[in-house]
Amino acid sequence: MTIATLSRRTLLQAGGTLLASTALPTFAIAQGAGNRLIAAADSEPKNLNPAIVASNGVFFIASKVVEPLAEASFDGKDGLAPRLATSWEGSADGKSVTFKLREGVKWHDGKPFTSADVAYSALNIWKPLQNLGRLVFANLEAVDTPDATTAVFKFSKPTPLQLIRNALPVVSSVVPKHLYEGTDIATNPANVKLVGTGPFKLTEYKPGEYYRLTRNADYWGKGEPKLDEIIFRVLPDRAGAGAALEAEEIQLAAFSAVPLTDLARISKVPGIKVISKGYEALTYQLVIEINHRRKELADLKVRQAIAHAIDKKFVVDTIFLGYATASTGPVPKNAPEFYDASVPTYAFDTAKANALLDEAGYKKGANGTRFSLKLRPAPYFNETKQFGDYLRQALAAIGIDAQLINADSAAHQKAVYTDHDFDLAIGPPVFRGDPAISTTILVRSGIPAGVPFSNQGGYENKELDGIIAKAAETVDTSARTELYKQFQKIVATDLPLINVAEWGFITVARDTVQNVSNNPRWAVSNWSDTALKS
Amino acid sequence: MLLIVVVLTFLLLESASGDAVDAYLLSIGGGDATVAQSLRQAYGLDQSMLARLWLYFSSLATFDLGWSVAFGRPVLDLILERLPNTLLLMGSATAISFGFGSALGIIAGAKPESIRDRVLSTASLILYAIPSFWLGLVLSIVFAVQLRWLPTSGIETIASGKAGIARAADIARHLILPVGALALIYMALFLRVMRSGMAEAWTLDFVLFARSKGLSRSRIVLRHVARNALLPLVTMLGLQSAAMLGGSVVIESIFAIPGFGRLAQEAVSGRDAPLLMGIIVVSAVLVVCVNLVIDLVYAALDPRVGASEPNS
Repeated sequence: MTIATLSRRTLLQAGGTLLASTALPTFAIAQGAGNRLIAAADSEPKNLNPAIVASNGVFFIASKVVEPLAEASFDGKDGLAPRLATSWEGSADGKSVTFKLREGVKWHDGKPFTSADVAYSALNIWKPLQNLGRLVFANLEAVDTPDATTAVFKFSKPTPLQLIRNALPVVSSVVPKHLYEGTDIATNPANVKLVGTGPFKLTEYKPGEYYRLTRNADYWGKGEPKLDEIIFRVLPDRAGAGAALEAEEIQLAAFSAVPLTDLARISKVPGIKVISKGYEALTYQLVIEINHRRKELADLKVRQAIAHAIDKKFVVDTIFLGYATASTGPVPKNAPEFYDASVPTYAFDTAKANALLDEAGYKKGANGTRFSLKLRPAPYFNETKQFGDYLRQALAAIGIDAQLINADSAAHQKAVYTDHDFDLAIGPPVFRGDPAISTTILVRSGIPAGVPFSNQGGYENKELDGIIAKAAETVDTSARTELYKQFQKIVATDLPLINVAEWGFITVARDTVQNVSNNPRWAVSNWSDTALKS
Repeated sequence: MLLIVVVLTFLLLESASGDAVDAYLLSIGGGDATVAQSLRQAYGLDQSMLARLWLYFSSLATFDLGWSVAFGRPVLDLILERLPNTLLLMGSATAISFGFGSALGIIAGAKPESIRDRVLSTASLILYAIPSFWLGLVLSIVFAVQLRWLPTSGIETIASGKAGIARAADIARHLILPVGALALIYMALFLRVMRSGMAEAWTLDFVLFARSKGLSRSRIVLRHVARNALLPLVTMLGLQSAAMLGGSVVIESIFAIPGFGRLAQEAVSGRDAPLLMGIIVVSAVLVVCVNLVIDLVYAALDPRVGASEPNS
């Protein structure tokens, strides 16, 4: 272009292009950032494979990448929404379950997903390696694959379909056979660099900083995922998530990353919402674990006295600031399929508690004390520690001198679950949709030492053991449910442990985040319909 | 010496109740006894204490720091990944606090007991009494949440794709608050040491001599008083360097900086013996190096500290 041809018009055009070229990238960035959800994460699991480690810490990140056969749902049939399986049916004898699998699903590396992947995951990972699958699939013998979209699970003993169904969201994460077959599963690099079928691909991990999940363009869900990216930003400090939310650096903090004490304040910040829904299938229970080897605690009257000494309403209102419910027994109210309210309850009544202890023969000594106990609150949650302080006072009111021993996680685990060096301990077990998954283990006898969140208090009740064993092989759903109602009655009557309260977590999100908490395991579900409104 | 440090760390960690498998099982929400058994076997935790210590030493002899149980990665990788962040954080905090602290100390100590001195001394006392976590949180609330001038946490903008100078500027911006919080507290310390060193130097004979020689006041302050007062300050700096390497666990946690201190804390709570010992070994080596440098600085500052002086 020479000077002569430089007209006003070409100048304008050139100016226009210049403007457009500067404007375009800004636009692109705005859109990219607008469709990127940044969430707070407080832990970095070393093994991110949910097929091996079925824990909430792993699911929080991995559930967006690796999918289960079915996910929990508020309104779906059996409380489930189909994911990799579209239907499931049990045989009358309880010895087989047939899954129809979704067609046209691809792994993130482009290979097709088939029934062989399900069979491989079930037999080689869920059953032998997974922390919860070992129990649910204990009697799994074989998985037949008559065609690419059918998997038939064969059990050596009758296995209730109800249990399998309830366990599906937690135990059935499917991983690709072609990456695991013939390798050492425990050390396979795919345990960290996940490959799944989910709506997002794990594309980057910077230890100590963030995980980056990128949209899977080939996802089977129509029009999903709605987000381009999810970033899990590692924020170890409990004040950090709240500050980052307020400063609009992150848009979401789940699993009560914002402490309960901050909720009242942060809920008043414009543009931020506090949500307590979406954890119904992940109910945590505040439980007093009892060492029945201790003479005094082996006496039912003493256990009843302790139950009467606790003001559950105070615990819910003051320690949980109202974000919890008082418990009546070992099954939470959030599990209506099993929950039975007609069990013995223990009203807060110090006088009655004192009378029970007198009856049991433990009179107050000269200093007003009947006997001393060693009390170990689990350090995992603020609330378990605070309840330890409360329980100490509550017990003092009935003449029991509780000596608090606070230790860090590893030390607590060894002292309580391996060495049995406790009289009372405070633990937060989880109810995972079915009593057989992680609830009966809290009271069943015959569990070897060293198993966390299990009966390590030496409690043994043949009748209860019988019911638990029978329910494990009762195929008929209503008969099985009835057995668990009996189970609740016996536990609430005989008090092998004392259930105090049950709670879910709190999600705090910016108003721009859409479709939050729309299923009972939302924080650990796949977020394929989560969107950002600009 | 390194040997003693390693053995002591090992024994300390050994005396804590619970092992790496206990910590891991808890983090995954439980598992049965066979899982625990096979994990202990895989990590060699079922062997005796002496056998494990011997194993560690024999691999250390080949400069192999071992494998982290809690992270499932080589210890050396983890350390090399975290060390630069801590060095950057603590290095800049120390440099700034040393610079400002000694400068303010000179101002305060130039005329002990003056108004200027009293104001500075009181201010430094208050600053020094403030816990670092409180200062960190307050700075974060004011400058990041309320004013939104600076980011609340992190070492750099997440997945920004920045490189080169833009990235360096981004990191610097993220470091302002954590470095500021640390530097303010250390600065108070250096200020106080410098000021008291100067107050003491004023009473010495050579200062009287310099005055009677008719030297200008500023020359006396800078060349005679301050230079002598620098010696304890440099000693302080050497001591501080050790504390510095541990990183500030608190500041690193509040500002979500993946550093050395946080790594050490995670190693302890995960009962990760190889990782913790790796951290201790690397720290010990670095402290030795820093002290070597400090000794050389000493010699430069004080002619009496020579390499070989036969005069005593």
